[in-house]
Amino acid sequence: MTAPNHSWRQFKDVLMQAVTLACAILVVTPLVLVFYHIIREGFGAINWAFFTQLPPGPGESGGGMANAIVGTLILMVLAPIVGVPVGVLGGVFLSEYGGSRLNWCIRFAADVLNGVPSIVWGLVVYGLMVLALAAPFHGTVQSVDTTKQLVTVQDQAGTSHTFEVNANTRLNAGGKNQLDALTTGSDVLIWYHGTPDGPVADRVSPVGLWGLFLTVLIHLHNSVSGFSVLAGGVVLGFMMIPLVMRTTDEVLQLVPAGYREASLALGISKWRTIMQIVIRTALKGIVTGALLALARIAGETAPLIFTAYGNNGWTHKLTEPIEALPLQIYIFATGPYENWHRLAWAGALILLLMVLFVNIGARFLTRDRFKNKI
Amino acid sequence: MAGNTNNSVALNVKNLSVFFGKNHAVKNVTLDIAACAVTAIIGPSGCGKSTFLRALNRMHELNPEARMEGEIKLFGDDIYSRGVQPVVVRRRVGMVFQKSNPFPTMSIVDNVTVGLRLNGLRDRKILAERTEQSLRMAALWDEVKDRLHAPAISLSGGQQQRLCIARALAVQPEVLLMDEPASALDPLATAKIEDLIIDLKRNYTIVIVTHNMQQAARASDFTAFFYLGELVEFGPTTKIFTSPSEKRTEDYVTGRFG
Amino acid sequence: MENHFETGLDELRQKLLMMAARAETAVNEAVQSLMQRDHDLAVRVRAADDVIDQFEIEIDEMAIQLLTKAPLASNLRLVTVAMKISQNLERIGDEATKIAKRARDLAQEPPVKIHLDLPRMAGMALAMVKDALDSFVNRDPVAARSVIPRDKEVDALNKQIHNLLAQHMVENPDTIARCLHWIVAAKSLERIADHAKNIAEEVVYLCEAQDIRHAQKN
Repeated sequence: MTAPNHSWRQFKDVLMQAVTLACAILVVTPLVLVFYHIIREGFGAINWAFFTQLPPGPGESGGGMANAIVGTLILMVLAPIVGVPVGVLGGVFLSEYGGSRLNWCIRFAADVLNGVPSIVWGLVVYGLMVLALAAPFHGTVQSVDTTKQLVTVQDQAGTSHTFEVNANTRLNAGGKNQLDALTTGSDVLIWYHGTPDGPVADRVSPVGLWGLFLTVLIHLHNSVSGFSVLAGGVVLGFMMIPLVMRTTDEVLQLVPAGYREASLALGISKWRTIMQIVIRTALKGIVTGALLALARIAGETAPLIFTAYGNNGWTHKLTEPIEALPLQIYIFATGPYENWHRLAWAGALILLLMVLFVNIGARFLTRDRFKNKI
Repeated sequence: MAGNTNNSVALNVKNLSVFFGKNHAVKNVTLDIAACAVTAIIGPSGCGKSTFLRALNRMHELNPEARMEGEIKLFGDDIYSRGVQPVVVRRRVGMVFQKSNPFPTMSIVDNVTVGLRLNGLRDRKILAERTEQSLRMAALWDEVKDRLHAPAISLSGGQQQRLCIARALAVQPEVLLMDEPASALDPLATAKIEDLIIDLKRNYTIVIVTHNMQQAARASDFTAFFYLGELVEFGPTTKIFTSPSEKRTEDYVTGRFG
Repeated sequence: MENHFETGLDELRQKLLMMAARAETAVNEAVQSLMQRDHDLAVRVRAADDVIDQFEIEIDEMAIQLLTKAPLASNLRLVTVAMKISQNLERIGDEATKIAKRARDLAQEPPVKIHLDLPRMAGMALAMVKDALDSFVNRDPVAARSVIPRDKEVDALNKQIHNLLAQHMVENPDTIARCLHWIVAAKSLERIADHAKNIAEEVVYLCEAQDIRHAQKN
């Protein structure tokens, strides 16, 4: 080993250290800059009023984001209620039950869902929970015209309505799809859509148990549909499910098989083994996974646009629309008023702190308590 | 074996075959395990001895591809008959594994009583009695009686394995199966486990799988030699290790193969 | 790759065979020196006994060392049998030395005029030793078993010779010293036959795992 070689190697070593350090700093810098900017802009607007007052109207001064903060907190309670039990139990299935092919499909589906844009989730829940479902028409058959393909039905109030029947109409009258199977005087439910020529029946079915059940369900749904806290909680919860399921799945798989075997060998049933032994061992990991999923959805804006919708005041019922920090920030930041901009920065800072707090909480829970005790 | 006048058979194994998919792991084995005695199962790796052991308490069923033929009777009861739950069989036939596995989130006493508590037993008095009884039988009581609520993983390797034995004994099984229980332990801990096994056979039937022939010679009364899934020879330990009848047994025991 | 344990067992076997050869030679030469009144040969036999004694010590050491490796089945039987056989061979060497001592003493005096069946007895004892050792080399339990009943014949011959010599001593008191030498030599031959029988019994145990000692006491 000659002397020049030795000092060239040393130099290369130091050079590599310097280069990798520079890269690490490069990664952290934008984060630091963002934090700095938000703190600088938003800190000035943080005061007691920010946490207690409702948002100001156009052109007004002062005000706060109290309802948005409370709204986000409420959603951060609702979403895990929807998402965590389903996600954890789904993860349990993947890890403890299921065949390898089925599980591969489920895991693939979960990974795909994790990548679905949040606005798509919003649309899905919009269709499920916000839009009202078309209720069927309930009445008695008055007359049937097979040549013109028409059926006339009388409703509860005595008014007659005539519906056109075409090739696409599904007739569930006694199992036969014939128009003449519809007997006069029978009670029917008609799903229909409107056309310039008059209503066209999509489906005609007798009022059986199933029809009644469907009608009740539809009326129930429509009584709670619309922009609501529930819809907001559900969409955020749905977004949590694939994430929680995958992290639970992975954490449970890390539990050594020896514990399951030992438990089963004691004559403990499989379900109790999973709940009391496997999940208990992996609990920290599961909680961390849930918290990280929560931190992820805390700042979601797009799905809330058509589910929670926003509210200028306080929300009093679960079926009413609710305000949330990301929504409020979006509205204020894109508005024309200086006061709104100021409040948006403050809101961003608070949101960031909330997410940070959840992350720190997750790290705190998984700290190694026995590191110096064994 | 002073005091042991029990000549009955704990386990009747008749024509037992175990398949994993197409793999015929245990081939048509017929064997009687004597009660209140230690039976050792020896053989080279892959000879089916662990699979055979697991069939005795239906643990091979954890593998979804496992299938068995034949009959196993535990003190006269067919453990594979329709309507018999594996959970019930495993309460009568306990198992201790090669790598000690005390539950890490539980204390020592919780580990010992877990089999009782998770099966519904709540009476604190009984739980306390069984705890002391089991830990004494596992020769661990004196070492842990002052720290029963310490985490189980704070014990040494040999102590953890004895804790697992206590845990298995707490449910009061009739038979105790041991799959290479000392292979992960140092010689001193191993010797303690072997002495423990000899003490336990006064009240329990013990079946132990081991790849250590000296251990089988020291601790067992009967020895079965398995090779490629077949039972080659079975008899009193002294005979197997001083003058075996089968040439394959002789070759394995003298180290000519395996 | 060498199996060192098997090598150790082979070395034990080889050493035992070397000791056996020495013991057989000692008996042969002792009998020869007795029959042919060869003083110098007798002296050499006595000197060679040290080697046989040393073999016994070495074989026991090797055996103990092999036992620490916990041999089993036929290996275990080989080690314990080797220790027993070496002890018997050492005693055979000692008896041969005794015969040589008597041969030396008798060579220095005029021969006794008496017809003894000693050559035949010596031949039988020698044959028993040879056959027992051959059965060990060949692992032949049948041959070993055939050695065992011959001990009775040697015992009978010894008794016969003993009585003849006793009678001669009474009739010819001047031959007492020389007759006593012969009696002792004959006794040593009888003991050599006993030890050969013991070796044969050990060979049966080694090959068949059957302990047939003390089975023929009546």
